[in-house]
Amino acid sequence: MDPLILARLQFAITTVYHFFFVPLTLGLSIIVAVMETLYVRTGNAAYKQMTKFWGKLFLINFAMGVVTGIVQEFQFGMNWSEYSRMVGDIFGAPLAIEALLAFFLESTFLGIWVFGWDKLSKGLHAGVMWLVAIGSNLSALWILIANSFMQQPVGFVIRNGRAEMDNFFTLALNPNIWEQFPHVLTAGLTTAAFFVLGISAYHLARKHQEDVFRRSFQIAAVVGTLAIFMVTLGGHGQAQHMVETQPMKMAAAEALWKTESPASFSLLTIGDLTQREEVFSIRIPHVLSLLAYNQLEGEVKGIYDLQAAYEEIYGPGDYIPPVAITYWTFRIMVGAGTLMLGLAVWALFMVMGEQIAISPRAQKIFFWAQFLPYAANSAGWILTEVGRTPWVVFGVMRMEDAVSPAVSVGELLFTLIGFTLVYGLLMYADVYLLAKYAKAGIGSDEGLQLDTEDEMPSFVGAHD
Amino acid sequence: MDLNIVWFILIAVLYIGYFILEGFDFGVGILLPFLAKDDQRRRVVINTIGPHWDGNEVWLITAGGATFAAFPDWYATLFSGFYLALFLMLIALIVRGVAFEFRSKDENPRWRALWDWMIFIGSLIPALLWGVAFANFVRGVPIDVDMNYVGGFFNLLNWYALLGGLASLAAFTLHGAIYLSLKVEGDLLEGARRAARRLWLPAVAMLFLFVGATYLETDIIEKLGINPGASPIIAAAAILVTGYFLRVQREGWAFIMTSVTIAFSVISFFVLLFPRVLVSSLNPEWSLTIYNAASSPYTLKVMLIVALIFIPIVLAYQGWSYWIFRKRLTVESHLEY
Ligand code: HDD
Ligand code: HEM
Ligand code: HEM
Repeated sequence: MDPLILARLQFAITTVYHFFFVPLTLGLSIIVAVMETLYVRTGNAAYKQMTKFWGKLFLINFAMGVVTGIVQEFQFGMNWSEYSRMVGDIFGAPLAIEALLAFFLESTFLGIWVFGWDKLSKGLHAGVMWLVAIGSNLSALWILIANSFMQQPVGFVIRNGRAEMDNFFTLALNPNIWEQFPHVLTAGLTTAAFFVLGISAYHLARKHQEDVFRRSFQIAAVVGTLAIFMVTLGGHGQAQHMVETQPMKMAAAEALWKTESPASFSLLTIGDLTQREEVFSIRIPHVLSLLAYNQLEGEVKGIYDLQAAYEEIYGPGDYIPPVAITYWTFRIMVGAGTLMLGLAVWALFMVMGEQIAISPRAQKIFFWAQFLPYAANSAGWILTEVGRTPWVVFGVMRMEDAVSPAVSVGELLFTLIGFTLVYGLLMYADVYLLAKYAKAGIGSDEGLQLDTEDEMPSFVGAHD
Repeated sequence: MDLNIVWFILIAVLYIGYFILEGFDFGVGILLPFLAKDDQRRRVVINTIGPHWDGNEVWLITAGGATFAAFPDWYATLFSGFYLALFLMLIALIVRGVAFEFRSKDENPRWRALWDWMIFIGSLIPALLWGVAFANFVRGVPIDVDMNYVGGFFNLLNWYALLGGLASLAAFTLHGAIYLSLKVEGDLLEGARRAARRLWLPAVAMLFLFVGATYLETDIIEKLGINPGASPIIAAAAILVTGYFLRVQREGWAFIMTSVTIAFSVISFFVLLFPRVLVSSLNPEWSLTIYNAASSPYTLKVMLIVALIFIPIVLAYQGWSYWIFRKRLTVESHLEY
């Protein structure tokens, strides 16, 4: 077996798995902080119950994000040692900064938040949750700065046989990060909003603890609509950026074999992958030009022309990524996004009324809608990463030059199976607990008993 | 002092922070099945490290990230070379981290027993493997001219490294028992004190045996001479004094002393390595050093600025978190895990 395939498979599995948990952390940390702030501001017990309920689900998810993240920190050394030697001078920096700046912040303050309910003043306790939310989202920023270098390498020179950093600020202010970070941040908020909508709808349909879940549904409907709208806008920005920096990825995502002007958007394309040509397709004229340039005209380069152009720059080779994967992942992401846009607006309409009436059908729809962001998130990353083939760092280093020579196929296979097995079992336990607590609603042990004396908002120091 | 040396020191500092902090987390996890016989007591024991274990683990993540940024070849050779050992360590850290969060979220006794075992195993394996790893660093491993490890897994399990593993296991368990005796009351306190007193002698024995073995298995005599310098002597003195403080029940001092032992053991390892970071047993020329494995001076400088700004901030708020939770826990306390 080819070690490259195994190493890629292992990276893809562990990273996609890590990214099942990350978006919910990014978004839910903010939503919980908002809820707790509302509690501090209004003194209303319902907000405290909400904070505790969603906080508990947040924690179950967070634990999985943390432990799968530890693996990621070492993956580059384990399976991609040549990569680490080639670009470590640049790539290591954002990773180290992420740990120092973000992981310490979120993990330390989350510990304080969980155990500090009766050790800190209410205002301080809510402030601690905001620090957790800031830490999580800062960690996303820095890891995306690292990833952006792979998509659009900037701020480096080739020296001593490797890529060396020549300007830290160019690296950190990579044009790609301005497209990527807002998209991921708002995708996280979308994920969390649909999580809250789905679970709240479940309880509302059963007329169960309506006060708490009505307010949760309201918050999530507002946040969700804003977030999914921004995701779509941001995705549009990313597509435009992609046409500029990685045109081959865009062409592959559209299965656009031949250059078109004006370019049409594919609704469905069936191709012959061995012959690498289109067999059948339904296309909407002009729309791809619109997506790429905000105007109806404009040429979008096709795969054949790009292949020829790349051969001229980088020498002979195959520069065409797996078209079927990029094509379908793009459609899954955009399709899920469009659906969610509709659902979020629907939810917003519901909360405008006096009462939120959730029919059994609506409940079912919002339940299943929880899976849409997960599909979109995973598809988005697979598109981003697979669409870069054959490069690991675009234009600088190819994947086959990046794998660890010291690791044998047997070792790779062993750890691949090991991680997959352990991750599978943990997923089972995680879903079991999430479902259990989500269904249970507000427990009798929590929140109901309110500490009467600290009903007023207070922002001063800790008391024991 | 050049930037490469500064970064070598900073990475040592990160490992010192990591081993002092997560060292007692490991110890508490290992002692869990022995000291806490019923569920309520287990919850108390786990809650003594509850607010802190993740923050402590980030010291390791930062050490990993800093190694990547400052010495990319060290990062590449080490983690692709010690491949299966690292895999084992990662699996242990995964199940342990999840176990803390999951164990009390279901009433079922079998569920709880399962995760309690995971806490135990997930603490035992890293406590052992860290000693194995550091012993191999100084003993040397087969590294070829291209900086790639060519040894396989069982090469790492030589007797010297295993002795190092037992030494770290004993030291961390002792450290954990002392930490616990600072954080609990009642019969748990009695148990923790007894455990600490019993663990002291094995820990001393292992550490001294390991130091002796170091003279046989490493190039310490060529490098440092018979007198190894101050740091191992300070480490040894501290572990001996720990015994006295345990006898007179001054656990605060005992804890400081085991922390000193851990810190100066790490320093001793780094002094013995310097200026190498991984020793090649095939050819001394092929060892990785703080010069041939390092990033460019520019990156080292940028990262130094970042580190000097943020490490003090991190120390301040982690200190604050220990201050908030300074009180002892009892079976009546509000418990999360
Ligand atoms: C809730 C999740 C979600 C939703 C609804 C969408 N996306 Fe997305 N998308 C992501 C989650 C995501 C992501 C996981 O966050 C990615 C992967 C890498 C990245 O930067 O963001 C991504 C990547 C990504 C890329 C690749 C960028 C690159 O390779 O650099 C493009 C072109 C788009 N998105 C475009 C869209 C469009 C036009 C959408 C219209 C509805 C859309 N996305 C919805
Ligand atoms: C492959 C690259 C990645 C590496 C090396 C990595 C590393 C890590 C590590 C070590 C942790 C655990 C921190 C702790 O112990 O507290 C973690 C958690 C986390 N990571 Fe990742 N990560 C990667 C990808 C990502 C991406 C792409 C994002 C976001 C866009 C992200 C966001 C987060 C967040 C928010 C957490 C907090 C815990 C949680 O998510 O539940 N990570 N990551
Ligand atoms: C967390 C979300 C991410 C997901 C879901 C993801 C997904 C993937 C997938 C599916 C592959 C396999 C590509 C292929 O087979 O062609 C891959 C490869 C890779 N990705 Fe990502 N990735 C993520 C984040 C990152 C980040 C943040 C980095 C860098 C910091 C990164 C670096 C890499 C590297 C080094 C490879 C191996 C080389 C390659 O196959 O391209 N990935 N990733």
